[in-house]
Amino acid sequence: MHINELPGRSEVEDFLYREAALLDEWRLEEWLTLLTDDASYQVPSTDSPQGDPRTTLFLIADDAVRIRSRVKQLLGKSAWAENPPSRTRRLISNVRILGAEGANILVTANFAVYRMRYEQVDSYIGHYEYKLVRVGADLRIRERRAILDNECLRPQGKISFIL
Amino acid sequence: MKDAVLERVVIDDPKAGIFRVNRRAFTEPEYLELEKARVFSRCWIYVGHESEVPAPGDFRSRRVAGRPIILVRGDDGEVRVLLNTCTHRGALVCRQPKGNARTFQCPYHAWTFNSQGELIGVPGESSYSPAFDRKQFALGRPARTDSYRGFVFMCLDRTAPELSEYLAGAVEYLDLVCDQSETGMRISEGSQAYSVRANWKLLVENSIDGYHGLPTHQRYFAFLADSGVDLRGGLETSHQKALDLGNGHAVIEYLSPFGRPIARWVPTFGELAKARIEEKHRRLEERFGPERAFRISQTARNLLIFPNLIINDIMAVTVRTFFPVTPDYMEVNAWNLGPAEEDIEDSTLRLDNFLTFLGPGGFATPDDVEMLESCQRGFANREVEWSDISRGMTREHPSISDELQIRTFWRRWHDLLVGPHVRRSRKAA
Repeated sequence: MHINELPGRSEVEDFLYREAALLDEWRLEEWLTLLTDDASYQVPSTDSPQGDPRTTLFLIADDAVRIRSRVKQLLGKSAWAENPPSRTRRLISNVRILGAEGANILVTANFAVYRMRYEQVDSYIGHYEYKLVRVGADLRIRERRAILDNECLRPQGKISFIL
Repeated sequence: MKDAVLERVVIDDPKAGIFRVNRRAFTEPEYLELEKARVFSRCWIYVGHESEVPAPGDFRSRRVAGRPIILVRGDDGEVRVLLNTCTHRGALVCRQPKGNARTFQCPYHAWTFNSQGELIGVPGESSYSPAFDRKQFALGRPARTDSYRGFVFMCLDRTAPELSEYLAGAVEYLDLVCDQSETGMRISEGSQAYSVRANWKLLVENSIDGYHGLPTHQRYFAFLADSGVDLRGGLETSHQKALDLGNGHAVIEYLSPFGRPIARWVPTFGELAKARIEEKHRRLEERFGPERAFRISQTARNLLIFPNLIINDIMAVTVRTFFPVTPDYMEVNAWNLGPAEEDIEDSTLRLDNFLTFLGPGGFATPDDVEMLESCQRGFANREVEWSDISRGMTREHPSISDELQIRTFWRRWHDLLVGPHVRRSRKAA
């Protein structure tokens, strides 16, 4: 991709803010439409933030099949960890377009995600590394890696919603 | 605490088929203090795996039983456990979670220790009196350290039995896990460090509980069924058993409903992996004969090594250990264990399979965490005093969905808390 073809920051910001709103509102079926058919979603372990999921234990390393199953489970009744669902609120900032890698647009953004459940507030702090692609006039997510700055999941305990 | 109260915290009546645990055991700080003194300071406690420190100088620093320790392979090749506190004034001498070091130098006054824990440098040593002896200032060590097939344990009680004696019947099950590999098992990089807002003993129960599987993990089994896995075999009774392995250790073993990297193929592994998995099974048969090969590859096991080590050899092998911080909060560490000889295709398949079920982002563990936290909140109803653990108690051969394995834990826990004099008198009665 030529540098001139990269999307502008405001287009990427609008896209990421829309994604954050869909996730916070639990509109997960709509969120799936933002993904490519071969999308992946990863959360590395907190002690190996730059690991390779083929050799390093992650917290989440979903391929497209597992992402869709995860959404189906979360919208069903027996994902007890999210039934009743948590409230979440995502703050996305420091959005940067780093360049291109073939058809992939490399984007990074900082996040602070708060989860409210049973009168407790847990915070998840870190940054996203996205690989976006252009499909017609729209952007789509091919890879979405949420890298936590939290040194461990204490006291959060789990990542049962989509981070 | 009055002895009489402690004696009645577990009601164990095998003839009547009654087994109850008073919920104070999950909520009261005085029980945690007793556990620290009589369980965690007396039992062999898992520290880590030798594969985490493969080369001389490799170290991992972590907390075990509340103590900051260093698991280190010395320059002599021996794996040791050192207490991470400077013998001078107390500061941590190792402040990195992992690495390779020839020495550990305390940043406070620069006392320096070698990788065997010996004091080798003291700035301005001439200012000390002739009575000052470096040998007396080596880094502290737990009273005992030993390992079995790569699993390193420490014990703070000098009078405890040898590790091999302590492990008792659990050795057979550790062997079944380790025999998957021809070159030795290895912990992979990346650990899952999380917490549960619940009493640590609830996670002991949950980790070996066959009864909760279907209701708690409905969504996981639905995921498997959606992926084309045939689940009918999982409930077959001929290959399932629940055993008391001695010294509080227990296991459930059953025909695996899930695919196993060594070596039970299921459709989620993909057609390409089929031949590789079959070859692994053939190698097991060659090494161990068809019967043991079947047991290693086609059955799964959830193993408790008392008090707080879980080795669940299920859709992957997880090593999980946890410690109480307060009566209603525990810290958990979990790792992936696999054969060291696995190539990248094998390890990808193994880690994928691990993550479908296990860990804070898996399709199962978060629901377990939710249930344990739910129990802990429920305990606030102090008027409901007892939890029931009597399932299958009068059966000759308990099934995995009975609770023999959980009673095994509680009996040992209770024996350690009430002390040997009560144990003797109860046996005499």
